[in-house]
Amino acid sequence: MSAPDIGALFLHCLAMSMLAVGGAVAVAPELHRSLVLERGWLSEAQFSASIALAQAAPGPNLLFVPVLGYTAAGLPGALAALAGILIPSTTVALAATRWGFKRREHRGVRAFMAGMAPVTLGLLAATALVLMRPQAGSVWAWMLAIGTAALTLRTKINPVWLIAVGAGVGAFGGV
Amino acid sequence: MRHLAPRTALELFKVFAALALQGFGGVLPVAQRELVEKRQWLTREEFVEMLSVGQVLPGPNVVNVALMIGDRFFGLRGAFAALAGMLALPLVIVLLLAALYAEFASVPAVAGALRGMGAVAAGLIAAMAAKLAPALLNNPLGRVICGVGVLGTVLMIFALRWPMAWVVIGWGGALCLLAWWRLGTKP
Repeated sequence: MSAPDIGALFLHCLAMSMLAVGGAVAVAPELHRSLVLERGWLSEAQFSASIALAQAAPGPNLLFVPVLGYTAAGLPGALAALAGILIPSTTVALAATRWGFKRREHRGVRAFMAGMAPVTLGLLAATALVLMRPQAGSVWAWMLAIGTAALTLRTKINPVWLIAVGAGVGAFGGV
Repeated sequence: MRHLAPRTALELFKVFAALALQGFGGVLPVAQRELVEKRQWLTREEFVEMLSVGQVLPGPNVVNVALMIGDRFFGLRGAFAALAGMLALPLVIVLLLAALYAEFASVPAVAGALRGMGAVAAGLIAAMAAKLAPALLNNPLGRVICGVGVLGTVLMIFALRWPMAWVVIGWGGALCLLAWWRLGTKP
């Protein structure tokens, strides 16, 4: 990938940073649209695998963003994507921290939180659907996904074990 | 009541590094256990307050919370120490995994394993969405509008593949205006 492409990746993540309401995972469908569908920098399988790897490793979920950058363009891509997703939101967070505490009950802040809540939930649901695309034809994959969701909601099972089961079923040709 | 505080920015870095490494599938629950219950740097109320502010702000929640906690103890220096602690080691680990994947992606068993892990990741994120759903019951927009809001977002993002900026600003903005109006008409 060329330097201008890495610049474009950085700028795209920069914009996404400000739109990441309710967590980093919410920007996954947008990154899928731009990196996979629009520019073809990643395949469907690479995109889904990158997010799965980030979920399998310890640390904040937002690390899937540098992994996507890495898969598309190596180490420079990873650093460009991470810097892009962090710089704007970090600046705003630091500037707004002292401001936000005092105005949490303000009508504008409450309206923002209430209005964005359904959008956040919709973005998460869309992310789950996007992740299923490479294996959408497999019954086993749907059983894994639905089983994972059910177990996560009903038990306190560590997600690492579920990911290990998914890897095992997939490695033996199940998915 | 808060009794304790980190002594140096380096201690802040180390504690955040340790808790990030324990956080599989999300760091927030570990952060609460470690910072509130074990180290008592923050009270439960302070933590919840920071979380709710972190959610209003754009950007990843955990990152915002780490910045706020670091900032509280050592100002800007503390904010960056906490952020660096939370990201440095996990970044190295996840990039090593990504490099391994790139090397062996053509091996059928590896590709299959990643498809299985992708399905599990989809399930984990679906569960994350389901856990947020009860909070919509008390939303001033009302249940019907919230439902329309969720389904509309899925339709525009997943089915129509509209750019996220349009959806968040247009659709999200409209919902925010409606919430503003509802909050004004209710006592």
